[in-house]
Amino acid sequence: MTRIRNRLQQALSPAALELIDESHLHAGHAGASSGRGHFRLRIVSRRFAGLNPVQRHRLVYDALGDLMQTDIHALSIDALESDKNSTNV
Amino acid sequence: MDITDRIKQTIKDNPIVIFMKGTPQFPQCGFSMRASQALTACGVQYAHVDVLAEPEVRQALPQISQWPTFPQVFINGELVGGCDIVVDLFNKGELQKLTRAAVRQH
Repeated sequence: MTRIRNRLQQALSPAALELIDESHLHAGHAGASSGRGHFRLRIVSRRFAGLNPVQRHRLVYDALGDLMQTDIHALSIDALESDKNSTNV
Repeated sequence: MDITDRIKQTIKDNPIVIFMKGTPQFPQCGFSMRASQALTACGVQYAHVDVLAEPEVRQALPQISQWPTFPQVFINGELVGGCDIVVDLFNKGELQKLTRAAVRQH
């Protein structure tokens, strides 16, 4: 969790970052046996300005790099430009 | 045809295609299930590739699409997103428009 946070902090200087471990919801299913986690992420960063959802998610995946293979089995992402609802793309 | 060409051909030949774990009838992952349910609810025909049955595709596609996880939904040759984005588009009514336009154009 700390490694995931650190990477995101460094790459995207987020105004807000919430990372929730939801691995317990998936205990017992095939993906859970790898030992890698299921996480839910809500991240607010000015770096997302002008980007579509695919581009925003790619920035997150790029920041996480190899953690996507080693630590993370599944990641649900909510990537916002600001906390205002009007910019929720 | 190598695996990269085969994947690109699949994306090109089908106006809507989902690369998923399992099939729309028997999804093997909750995220793949939700994304395929959203497509099904749009009432259009779509192609699917089960990446659990095709490990080569599972290996190669993330590099081609610059997207590390499954499912991956392509409409008109473009990556539209994974589960989060596709379900979000569906809830906004945009996936319905995108998919119908893609089927009409094809």
